[in-house]
Amino acid sequence: MSETSTLNNSGDYLVEVNNLTKWFPVQKSIIDQVFTKERDYVRAVDGVSFKIRRGGVLGLAGESGSGKTTIGRVTIGLEKKTKGEVFFDGINLSELSEEELRKMRRRMQVIFQDPLASLNPRMSLGSAIVQGLKIHYPELKEQHRDMVLEMMERVGLTPARFYINKFPQQISGGQRQRVVIARALITKPDLILADEPIAMADVSVRALLLDLMIQLKKEFNLTYIFITHDLATAKYICDDIAILYLGKIAEIGNLKEVYSLPLHPYTQALMAAVPVPDPHKRRTQSMPAGEIPNPIHPPSGCRFHPRCPFAKDICSQEEPILRELLPEHQVACHIAENFMK
Amino acid sequence: MNEKQVLMQVKDLSVTYETRLGPVSAVDGITFDIYRGEILGLVGESGCGKSTMGKALMRMIQPPGWISKGQLIFEGEDIMTYDRNKMRDFRGRKVSMIFQDPMTSLNPVQRVDQHLIEAIQVHEPKTIIEKALERANILMERLGIQKERMSNYPHQLSGGMRQRVMIGLGLVLNANLIIADEATTSLDVIVEAKLVDQLKEIRDEFGVTLLVITHNIALVAELCDRVAVMYAGHIVELGPIEEIFDNPLHPYTKGLLLSVPNIKLDEREELFKMAGEPPNLTHPPFGCRFHPRCPKATAICEEKEPEFREVTPGRFVKCWLVKDYQVKEMKKAEVIK
Repeated sequence: MSETSTLNNSGDYLVEVNNLTKWFPVQKSIIDQVFTKERDYVRAVDGVSFKIRRGGVLGLAGESGSGKTTIGRVTIGLEKKTKGEVFFDGINLSELSEEELRKMRRRMQVIFQDPLASLNPRMSLGSAIVQGLKIHYPELKEQHRDMVLEMMERVGLTPARFYINKFPQQISGGQRQRVVIARALITKPDLILADEPIAMADVSVRALLLDLMIQLKKEFNLTYIFITHDLATAKYICDDIAILYLGKIAEIGNLKEVYSLPLHPYTQALMAAVPVPDPHKRRTQSMPAGEIPNPIHPPSGCRFHPRCPFAKDICSQEEPILRELLPEHQVACHIAENFMK
Repeated sequence: MNEKQVLMQVKDLSVTYETRLGPVSAVDGITFDIYRGEILGLVGESGCGKSTMGKALMRMIQPPGWISKGQLIFEGEDIMTYDRNKMRDFRGRKVSMIFQDPMTSLNPVQRVDQHLIEAIQVHEPKTIIEKALERANILMERLGIQKERMSNYPHQLSGGMRQRVMIGLGLVLNANLIIADEATTSLDVIVEAKLVDQLKEIRDEFGVTLLVITHNIALVAELCDRVAVMYAGHIVELGPIEEIFDNPLHPYTKGLLLSVPNIKLDEREELFKMAGEPPNLTHPPFGCRFHPRCPKATAICEEKEPEFREVTPGRFVKCWLVKDYQVKEMKKAEVIK
């Protein structure tokens, strides 16, 4: 059904993002507005570029305030960007009209963290899932019910006939997230933006949902943007990973490459901070001082330098650019060479 | 921790909530000891009763719930017999609690120092403000909150700092037991790691006992000396952290440990997928509450509830399938090691 063809000239990449920037204006009091001319901005995303392979999974990881959610939202057009370009399947999204963009949305769907908040409590599961079909495939009206039932079975809501008339509050949290997944997949999308999709679920349910997402990706040829704060979970689903700090990419590359040899001091700290479920391998490193700085006035030079244990003079003066130090592994750090074996 | 002194004994504790669908036992006949100076982890999935248990230890269960059965023996005294005033003094002076969201635990219109002074003066009314402030300052300095920060309001502090203020409030009266209910859950990993270091430090420095209630199994591995695994209102397994992680006996513990993601690349590539979801406690399964999800369940598991018994010194498990011969094998294996 999908009209995506591999013959497209955009080649291997489904998504290409160049210099994406999103600044949110800071609310000011009337008096401040009168007496100061300059507006302050929260630089949530500040010049981010990446590509996602067709059928690949890019993880966006970072702490709160790193901009990971904003990058996802701006990429698929849920939020207007301040600067930069987003190409989806070779098409520049900013050149599309509202109408064309709406049609394009069929191919880009979202799964949010909290399934209860994403589902209308007064809509049955079936009517929630069918919405996308009503908008994007009105001509198939007779088949809608069967398509919904089939998708519900596929995501593990079996028997679908039993669940189709239930309401969100009558099912468990894990099942609710399955409904959200079914609703996202029903329009036959190419790209799924999954924003912390399993963070709310319990450990035993997480593994099931993660596995479901991996299976569905293969079956429906999906590409994922997987936003997470949990580097350990990312390992099980992502091909590539971008480590974000204060609206910028600190390090990006193949997940296994990055995890086996993290080149940015921030990535190193973040990875060391993740607790390991093995009491014999307790962490011994100490953690970097301070906390994430204010994104309105980010530090000069490298944004991590005030907390970096290895910072040199250059780090506070010059902003490091992303460099491909190893194949499929880029890092924005002046002294990253020191960490190569 | 060579000699184990019991700080608190929980005996056959049950907490019942009255609901529209009838009474629900969120904590159902639990017995265990908390040792002085240890960090005990209490893990389980949502709805297993771990938070209810934490509150019950301070007798803070609000209606429609109540402690329907059991004894809570703290330093030899049964606190269930305490009256209101005695209980009030017990909370804070003997046991204090840190919650997940410090913003809702701190008063937004009260400065940090006022919080601490108030805590001291409520329990020790004769202390003058200057003395109380001095005590507060010394303590907070040790927790890494500078003097200038003491006059801040909670919203001016970062999440990690707020949580340290909460720890300070727990320590300022020299409480023996601090119950941390998901205290690190809303924090970022780096901040969480720092708080973990801090909790270890205060245990070593002040000799307090910590009960860490969490759903994060990796965190327990990082922090705790012993761990109790809860499932559907019961503790199903309890023991020293290394032994449980190396050789879990209860099928639920086994499954749970295998479904925890591990960041290390050389570790297993796939997560274990446990069938089903935790049961609804309005109608808990008969017999062993885990039997509908248990891959090894037998006839007896459906009929009779297993006892929570000590299979080797210090290791408790509530499962029919753990036979004594298995435990012997386990011991043999250890001897060979």
